[in-house]
Amino acid sequence: MGAQLRIYRRRMRSVKATKKITKAMELISASRIVKAQQRVAASTPYANELTRAVTAVATYSSTNHPLTTPHENPKRAAILIISADRGMAGAYSNNAIKEGEQLAAMVRERGLQTTSYLVGRKAVNYYKFRNRDIAGSWTGFSDNPTYANAKEVADSLITAFLADSSQDVTGVDEIHIVFTEFKSMLTQNAMAKRMLPLEVVESDSPVATGLLPMYEFEPNAGDVLNALLPRFIEARIFNAMLQSAASEHAARRRAMKSATDNADDLIKSLTRLANAARQAEITQEISEIVGGADALASASAGSE
Amino acid sequence: MALNVELVSPTQQVWSGQAVMVSARTTDGDLGILPGHTPLFGVLVDGAVSIKGVDGTTKEFNVQGGFLSVSNNRVSILTESVN
Repeated sequence: MGAQLRIYRRRMRSVKATKKITKAMELISASRIVKAQQRVAASTPYANELTRAVTAVATYSSTNHPLTTPHENPKRAAILIISADRGMAGAYSNNAIKEGEQLAAMVRERGLQTTSYLVGRKAVNYYKFRNRDIAGSWTGFSDNPTYANAKEVADSLITAFLADSSQDVTGVDEIHIVFTEFKSMLTQNAMAKRMLPLEVVESDSPVATGLLPMYEFEPNAGDVLNALLPRFIEARIFNAMLQSAASEHAARRRAMKSATDNADDLIKSLTRLANAARQAEITQEISEIVGGADALASASAGSE
Repeated sequence: MALNVELVSPTQQVWSGQAVMVSARTTDGDLGILPGHTPLFGVLVDGAVSIKGVDGTTKEFNVQGGFLSVSNNRVSILTESVN
């Protein structure tokens, strides 16, 4: 076998091996999107009920809760970025990180400092590489977050929020979250939202049941709000994590699908090249044989 | 007239259906809810929530903290974890 042909064959083998891997990853992601979507759907009733409850309490009680009232003189804002642990998902993590950068720039324009809370190894690496301070980071669960994970993140954010920002350097006055909204299999959007202080009137989710009832609170509105708001933040973060996980799988599936398609194209063109090389080799061998026979024939003819 | 009851946790809807009575323990003490109850929002403590269904069966759930909201014969119980 000729050297050229051997090289083509070797490249084809390696591309085929890569294709098997990308194909497998594509299929795995495709099956996980469905599961992730189901988890988003399963968490929706709880999130909806909580939103309804928080809206009701905040609307009908005159309590001035620290979690609902904007700080008069905000100093610092926390930005929570939810990214992926693994790559091979196209621009998924980059989009979330970039959205976070934009948000940070906007917050700084208002004269606030930012502190970063990161979920997912990709965001952590991005910040570490640039030697930026990280107030908190969590990794290892980006593709399959549990409620306990969300609780852990929410706890440290709420602690930072309740700390007095004028004395405590870890204290923050605002909490923003950057996550990837799962719109459909094809569309996922990185988006930034302010979580705290709460914007209780949510324009994008109108309360379907019309007027909210005048609740009686047990024990009282303030205590209810105290107990309710941390849960609300946890549920919001959990929902953002679940949506991000679904988006991550969708992004990975798409990236792996195009990798598989590219491998197919590459294999096709390499096959053509290998065939041409093989044909050229055969042609050359034939012409060598014919040339050799000719030479022999003319040599023996001359000796007679 | 019956109550529409929903028991939800962050990861799933645990139970939903029609009931004649719901009892739970709030921070102020045990509470029973029958159809026509005034709108109420309560904080639950760890303990049992029992739902008496329209078919006469009683279901017991062990909740760890949570909230109970009642309005227009609709009872939602939100809890972090159910056993």
